[in-house]
Amino acid sequence: MQMRTIEIVVGAFMLAGLISLAVLAIRVSGFNVGAEANTYSVFAKFENVGGLVVRAKVSIAGVIVGQVAEISLDQESFSALVRMEIDSDVAELSIDSTAAILTEGLLGGKFIGLTIGADEAYLKEGSYISDTQSSIVLEDMIGKFLMKQF
Amino acid sequence: MLASIRQLGQYGIDLISALGRAGNIWWQAIWRRPRLANAHLVFRQIYQLGVLSVVITVLSGFSIGAVLALQGYNQLVKYGSESALGLGVALVLVMEIGPVVSGLLFAGRAGSAVTAEIGLMKATEQLSSMEMIGVDPLQRIVAPRLWAGFISMPILALMFSVVGIWGSSVIGVDWLGVYEGAFWSAMQDGVDFKSHVLKGIIKSVVFGLIVTWIAVYQGYEVEPTSEGISRATTRTVVHSSVAVLVLDFFLTLVMFNF
Repeated sequence: MQMRTIEIVVGAFMLAGLISLAVLAIRVSGFNVGAEANTYSVFAKFENVGGLVVRAKVSIAGVIVGQVAEISLDQESFSALVRMEIDSDVAELSIDSTAAILTEGLLGGKFIGLTIGADEAYLKEGSYISDTQSSIVLEDMIGKFLMKQF
Repeated sequence: MLASIRQLGQYGIDLISALGRAGNIWWQAIWRRPRLANAHLVFRQIYQLGVLSVVITVLSGFSIGAVLALQGYNQLVKYGSESALGLGVALVLVMEIGPVVSGLLFAGRAGSAVTAEIGLMKATEQLSSMEMIGVDPLQRIVAPRLWAGFISMPILALMFSVVGIWGSSVIGVDWLGVYEGAFWSAMQDGVDFKSHVLKGIIKSVVFGLIVTWIAVYQGYEVEPTSEGISRATTRTVVHSSVAVLVLDFFLTLVMFNF
């Protein structure tokens, strides 16, 4: 075959590869560029985050408004420090909002649910949510229940 | 007794020297300064190895995606979670089946051709005549094929995954009636570019390297008879298929944090 034809066909082949990559990135994995810039970080301390993972969703009234970015241990109080990235569109969350770790369905993953307070001041980059409710640990509940029995 | 021990030692030494020769071929062909003048040879090989494998890859990808959708739907519908069909099929295709099956197809379609071609060149003394007139066969024959395998294989694997996902959506959404929005949104929610798609691509690059390497080595070391060429071609397909599957296990082990 002519060299010219081969070059054209090979070029088309590589282009098809790039298009496939783009399809996988955008259509399949929902990859969007520069999304991280449009969030702000809010911190919350929990007694127990049992089962919460990074990239778990943060929701208000069931609507996803952000995700968990980082989970670490606070060395002073020995509680879990969770950093959440909230979409900048959702800017007016009052500072006395509460954060609770909830379970999606009976067997689903853990996520953070925010309940909005009434304060006029708003959460901003780096602020802490003070009122938190930890993950419900089934073993603890069973333990308490047994203690009541005896 | 002594003879069998000697035999065993002989096998060991043969194996190690074969590995050494294979490594030498690779080293000489790839790491020696690549010559830009040989770029047209690489294009020709990408055509031979990559473009000509597109049809078989796309056909298999579509069938596998369709079958995954059918079987997955059958199981998921029992739990009322058929909206997870897209997610399951996409993860399986992107991480495992895409790279592995297209690697196996590549070994059968392209690897065998490379071995037969180089083997015949060797049997008809073309390689030694090349050396005689001062052309290095490693640079002129082997290097373009190694590069072409390295470039084509990830492209083929990507095409395989995309066509497979398309096939599963044709069966799942258009035929079995999974809700289209849930099909795609569950997929986009669960598939991550860095931790799933990129790792699949890394796998396919490794498979492309290993398959063409085995093919080139078998062709280069062929016993110069027609029987020898047939044996070498068979060995290429067998060895590279096994290599793809075994390497897949180890790559998964390393990359997915077990």
